[in-house]
Amino acid sequence: MTTAVVADADAVVENRPAGRASVVLRHFLRNRSALAGAAVLVLLFVLAFCGPLACHWSYTDIDYTALRRGPSARHWWGTNGIGQDVFAQTVRGLQKSLLIGLLVAVFSTALASLVGACAGYFGGWTDRALMFLVDLLLVFPSFLVIAIISPRLKAGGWIAFVGLLAVFGWMITARVVRSMTLSLKEREFVRAARFMGVGPFRIIWRHVLPNVASFLIIDATIAVGGAVMSETALSYFGFGVQPPDVSLGTLIADGTGSAVTYPWMFFFAAGLLVLFVLAVNLVGDGLRDAFDPTARRRTGRRG
Amino acid sequence: MGGEDPVLRVRDLRVAFGGVDAVRGVHLELRRGEVLGLVGESGSGKSTIALAVLGLLPDSATVSGSVRLDGVELRGAGDAALSRLRGNRIAMVFQDPLSAFTPVHRIGDQIAETIRAHRDISRRAARERAVELLDLVGIPEPRARAAAFPHEFSGGMRQRAMIAMAVANEPDVLLADEPTTALDVTIQAQVLDVLRTAQRATGAAMLLVSHDLGVIAGTADRVAVMYAGRIVETAPVHELFAAPRMPYTLGLIGAVPRLDGGTGTGMLVPIPGAPPAPGALPSGCSFAPRCPLADDVCRAAEPPLRKLADDHLVACRKAEELQGAAPADVFPVPEVPRTPAGPDDRPEVLRVTGLVKTFPLLKGVAFKRRVGSVYAVDGIDLRVRCGETLALVGESGSGKTTALFEVLGLSAPEGGSIEVLGQDVAGLTRQQAAALRGRTQIVFQDPMASLDPRMTVAGIIAEPLLARGVARAEAARRVPELLRQVGLEPGHADRFPHEFSGGQRQRIGIARALSVRPDLVVLDEPVSALDVSVQAGVLNLLRRLKAELGLAYLFVSHDLSVVRNIADRVSVVYLGRTVEAGAVREVFERPLHPYTQALLSAVPLPDPGVERRRARVLLAGDPPSPTQRHTGCRFRARCPLHAELAEADRERCVREVPQPVPHADDHVAACHFARPRAVLTAEA
Repeated sequence: MTTAVVADADAVVENRPAGRASVVLRHFLRNRSALAGAAVLVLLFVLAFCGPLACHWSYTDIDYTALRRGPSARHWWGTNGIGQDVFAQTVRGLQKSLLIGLLVAVFSTALASLVGACAGYFGGWTDRALMFLVDLLLVFPSFLVIAIISPRLKAGGWIAFVGLLAVFGWMITARVVRSMTLSLKEREFVRAARFMGVGPFRIIWRHVLPNVASFLIIDATIAVGGAVMSETALSYFGFGVQPPDVSLGTLIADGTGSAVTYPWMFFFAAGLLVLFVLAVNLVGDGLRDAFDPTARRRTGRRG
Repeated sequence: MGGEDPVLRVRDLRVAFGGVDAVRGVHLELRRGEVLGLVGESGSGKSTIALAVLGLLPDSATVSGSVRLDGVELRGAGDAALSRLRGNRIAMVFQDPLSAFTPVHRIGDQIAETIRAHRDISRRAARERAVELLDLVGIPEPRARAAAFPHEFSGGMRQRAMIAMAVANEPDVLLADEPTTALDVTIQAQVLDVLRTAQRATGAAMLLVSHDLGVIAGTADRVAVMYAGRIVETAPVHELFAAPRMPYTLGLIGAVPRLDGGTGTGMLVPIPGAPPAPGALPSGCSFAPRCPLADDVCRAAEPPLRKLADDHLVACRKAEELQGAAPADVFPVPEVPRTPAGPDDRPEVLRVTGLVKTFPLLKGVAFKRRVGSVYAVDGIDLRVRCGETLALVGESGSGKTTALFEVLGLSAPEGGSIEVLGQDVAGLTRQQAAALRGRTQIVFQDPMASLDPRMTVAGIIAEPLLARGVARAEAARRVPELLRQVGLEPGHADRFPHEFSGGQRQRIGIARALSVRPDLVVLDEPVSALDVSVQAGVLNLLRRLKAELGLAYLFVSHDLSVVRNIADRVSVVYLGRTVEAGAVREVFERPLHPYTQALLSAVPLPDPGVERRRARVLLAGDPPSPTQRHTGCRFRARCPLHAELAEADRERCVREVPQPVPHADDHVAACHFARPRAVLTAEA
């Protein structure tokens, strides 16, 4: 199937060579494990957003007749200590954590690559100013700042919280991107583009960022897990997601104590988190290989 | 010396790395006192042979066959046994002298260590011997220099010290693996001279591995030509160059641009295709896919190395047909493009006068302060007319590339003036600069580094078009046409750079430069990273494109043979300053400046007859550091002419900076005592 598509592409190439985006897409689609990861991600979203519709319990409902009951037909994944339905709670938590994890990773990586690449590429005062900002944010105890600001942002809800996590999570990545940009800037292809009259932002977009993409993608996949966990830590201290609302993090935190005695209260939430991070990593690896033309050699071209 | 036993005998040597054959059945004999040149392109397995003889290959290599030193088998001998031989009876001179010395020990001590490892003499005596050896290889003040560390030596001096170390124990066999490839031509001439002296002084047999036919022609007694892991022809040096009997050797000789212009039309005879990748060898003769004479028999089985004459072995079925053939008889010669020999008043596309560029030397971590300057460019003049090729020639560190980047930067220079297409760059507005950018393009030296590895070929070629605001669809439509123009398959447009060979990548770089139909193309050493047989194709392409599109080239190179082939005019720079300029033919045949004369005489000619009888102008020492400001003529410390002058005339060289003075029409030289001297032809 895929080989047929490739053969066709070669035939029509005479008129219109494929652009980078379509090449990356084609190679991503050829990577089985990446496709599996993407499928799992889609299924998790379906579960998170359609699950509540399938279950007649809401995450706030309390069933006084069933405290700490194991999974049954009435409560699919059992109930917790005060009789709340674990399935309803987990999918509700999953909604939050999926969005928080992915959005924080995307925002912080985007911010890091923008600031890092600009600092590295332009150098001089731009570099100094941006790096001063980075160092400033690094020395601020981010936990404290978030703790102070987040109550004031109650109105913004979890989106404001995503913003806060992203703003404090990009600095180290930016420093690495900056140093990678510094060495890329001296490479001849960047110099060639400059002499050809390609604008600086275009060079950053077309030459610098694709060449640091491997690092950015790996970093973003790690950031997804990290964001979910730091959201948990903040929620534990009473910031971020507040009861009665739940996230995977709060559920795991609550369930840890009863992991051995009432495993369903812990393992469903924990299992979904593991599955989520794993899927993101598979997709990340697939994207990295798709972006890196030399990686394909090793996995074998065209079957 | 013919009858005696060879000192080193290699029989059926095979080396494979992880199942991929690098060397496939090589026979070599090295007689006492002789120099055997081993020539081949990159990947042909020539360095692997040298390492296999010493038993220095990594454990991942599978080696079979036999290597005998004076009848004693070396292969399979233990490391301890080999260690007694290495540096004692067999010694090696490596390509990169910086990595061949331990940076933390003194040069003299390292040489003494080699002696003491094999001889039972006192530390003091070994040191004395080290000083003697350094003197033998021509290092000035050997006693003082013996106490220096490797980083305090220049590249040429390190290579001399390396040779001193190699001959320290008067070995029977000297293996020199590309000993001069990393050096500038004038230094290469010195080092080759030292190598010959050292080899003669010790009476060692030498295996000289090189890709440079000129070096081989000047130094070797016998030559073995390697292709795809096998020796395809062996003959005495004169016979090999005069009457090669293997199409590959013939092609190689035809593909080398010659400093003396060679014969015929000036178009090189490229060998079609590229050398096969190890592990992807064709069945039958490995050269058959590139050989115009190949027939079905050639493609069926690999021809054995057979005896043609007494000392002439060849691995080709068609050797008899090649009796007296010239390269052009065998390989298709590209047509000579007719360059319209326009009048001299063609418009100038580039005029650079008195260009100056200095870099500050900074010190300090937090607060940088200027402690000096590097005078990278200090008075370069260039003039390129429409449809003309100007070559900018100089050794490394002479400021060629800095001058280029200054021109391409299109901003006001530190000193002097730059005019591109009649516009002075000092007063350009942003729009004007952007418009000029589209009309000057660059091709870089390293075709791998200058192509973004993450972009498809189509994206790379379309980039300058997009930068000029051409619509994406229109840019994509032009890509196949450009690929065809540089001799690549349009169907390969969606591949990535790493899927191409070096020559093909350089063609992609050229296609990218041509996409916006520039007036001036700046070529920064465009063929120096390529093998000879591939280089010829790229040079011919450049000549054809110039004729077809009326391009002007600014061609930067350190390789004077290439310059002779492609350029119309040449400008020679020394330490950031133009010393001589003029028409190529005129400058090469009647060089006026002593530096140009030395440079030309240092380039080895791939013709043993001429090469061994030429006049040589050997330069003493290394180029001085560009961090000093020179009074008077900056070349005088190394100048052979200066040394011969009378006292009063010398005074003038010290006091007065020589200005460029026109001699013949268009021939300019910056020397007070310029006089022509022919250095290309054999002396009568």
